[in-house]
Amino acid sequence: MTRSADVTAASSPRTGPDSPRPASGPPAPPEPVEADGVKRPRRRREIPYALFLVPGGLLLLAVIIVPFVMNTALSLTEWEGVGTPEFVGLDNYTELARDTEFWASFRHNIAVTLAMAVIPTCIGLVLAAGLFDYIGKRFGPRTAAFLRACIYLPQVLPIAVAGIVWSWILAPEDGALNALLGAVGLEALQQDWLGDPRRALFSVMGVMVWVQIGFPLVIFMSGLQRVDPALYEAAEIDGASWWRRFWHVTIPQIRPEIFVALLWCTIASLKAFAFIYVLTKGGPGGATSVPSYYSFENFFDTTRVGYGAAVATVLALIIIALTVVFLRRQSKGEEG
Amino acid sequence: MATPQAGARRYGPGRYAVLTAYLVLAVMMLVPFAIVLLNAIKTPREYSTNGPLALPEGVYLDGLIDFWQRVDYGEKLLNSVLISGSVAVLAVVLSVLNAYALGIGRVKGRMWILVLFLMANTLPQEALVYPLYYLAKQVGLYDTRLSVIIVFTCIQTAFGTYLLSSVLSGFPREILEAARIDGANRLQVLLRVVVPVSRPTLSVLLVFFFIWTWNEFLIPLVFLVSNETQTVSVALGVLQGQRLMDATMTSASALLGVLPTIAFFVIFQRTLTRGITVGAIK
Repeated sequence: MTRSADVTAASSPRTGPDSPRPASGPPAPPEPVEADGVKRPRRRREIPYALFLVPGGLLLLAVIIVPFVMNTALSLTEWEGVGTPEFVGLDNYTELARDTEFWASFRHNIAVTLAMAVIPTCIGLVLAAGLFDYIGKRFGPRTAAFLRACIYLPQVLPIAVAGIVWSWILAPEDGALNALLGAVGLEALQQDWLGDPRRALFSVMGVMVWVQIGFPLVIFMSGLQRVDPALYEAAEIDGASWWRRFWHVTIPQIRPEIFVALLWCTIASLKAFAFIYVLTKGGPGGATSVPSYYSFENFFDTTRVGYGAAVATVLALIIIALTVVFLRRQSKGEEG
Repeated sequence: MATPQAGARRYGPGRYAVLTAYLVLAVMMLVPFAIVLLNAIKTPREYSTNGPLALPEGVYLDGLIDFWQRVDYGEKLLNSVLISGSVAVLAVVLSVLNAYALGIGRVKGRMWILVLFLMANTLPQEALVYPLYYLAKQVGLYDTRLSVIIVFTCIQTAFGTYLLSSVLSGFPREILEAARIDGANRLQVLLRVVVPVSRPTLSVLLVFFFIWTWNEFLIPLVFLVSNETQTVSVALGVLQGQRLMDATMTSASALLGVLPTIAFFVIFQRTLTRGITVGAIK
């Protein structure tokens, strides 16, 4: 079970309104909960618990289930958003299979997943271990917490705003990055970072890494808190170097957190719409388009609604598959 | 990553090399914020002659004020607060109701219901946005803040239900039993026992729902087309997309976009870094 210590702390009984601190575990004092002194009649006709699910369930039906079914149905039609959709069977999907633009957007998404999931997880792992086991021990937990907060900060930024910040820093003329390169005599490295089709994707990836690193870092640091310190001490006494401890103690111990971070970030990377919209609008010449953006383009720019729905459905299926993997793993963890 | 030499004393000078590396990284993470601040208070002329890296000659706030007035930023802030605040409160309420039935009531088939809720949260909004857009138009909710509130209440509730259900399934049974013996019915148990006891978790959820909704982009972008309804993210994103802003105006807009976030971060720093573990590991 991968429940973190914090959850346990948060859900453990604080003090109920009437019972003065039920000491952890044993039966709570059977003193009456005299909320307002009124003696309640002993009705045992209780509201069924299922009734509590009704408001949430109806909302789920209206906002998620029905629209998702509609989207899937639309993916089997040709429709421009007005008039009646025309049923075309699987035509949209066969067209997708042959659509080079779609496949290109898919390849870009692999790069995006690298930048939003794989790289931040790897860097985050090293950083978390270093902060926890090195900085924290030698400079105190406050230093570690401060550094963690600095690295986490971009995570709180709306992606649209992060995009504005960066597209201005990366601007070809009078952008801060080019100015910085000029100032240190590296004019040769100045680029049109987002406008050059060969570089745009890498620039976008750089921004994503900057935004994303804080997320795995924070997860790993909290995961490390439940690792038995004796393991580290034993390794240290054995003379194991920092790297050896990292490989043989840290990584195996927080494997559940690594898995969760990687999976959540991968799912997020398939929904990279906001980054792309603000930074490049999929350009130049489709060089940074991802399926998430491609479906939006089909819906609202070229109004090929059926086709856009097919793209979105494929995206949804991939994410559902990833979620299933996550749930399987989760339930296995609970048993073992 | 410097490796502490095995033979060296535990607190050798190498530790400062590691600390320096971390400080450099922290500075790199913060530099974009500093550059934004630096340039948002420059005059356009200063910017074009001295470039983006020079220190400002003085504090020039007209750019910020000008931008604020031009986009009616106060209105955007109000919209964002209204939408995110309503969503946070409503989603916490619905999450509690759902989780009560699933985690404490152990309703039949709860595993499948939970899976459904988690799926609803991870499902890409791309696969919902067009039908939602169409439906909103049909029922006359298109371009209203209410439509966005409804949609995100549902999306956040889906996550909250998943998280809270497992938290509540570990709720101490003795406390529940005691309340039942005293004759409290299910609703009373929920309101007088479960909610007060789980308040810490609920407040973490509240903060998260607020910030997540604040940061949302795709669905607000599609739904909120008129100036009067737009959120901060949407208004800034759309302006950016039109590429009409000059450099100082862009930095003014970036600063105004960043400031509320920094404020949240300062206020909720501990909740955020602690709470994310609640959110992710579950």
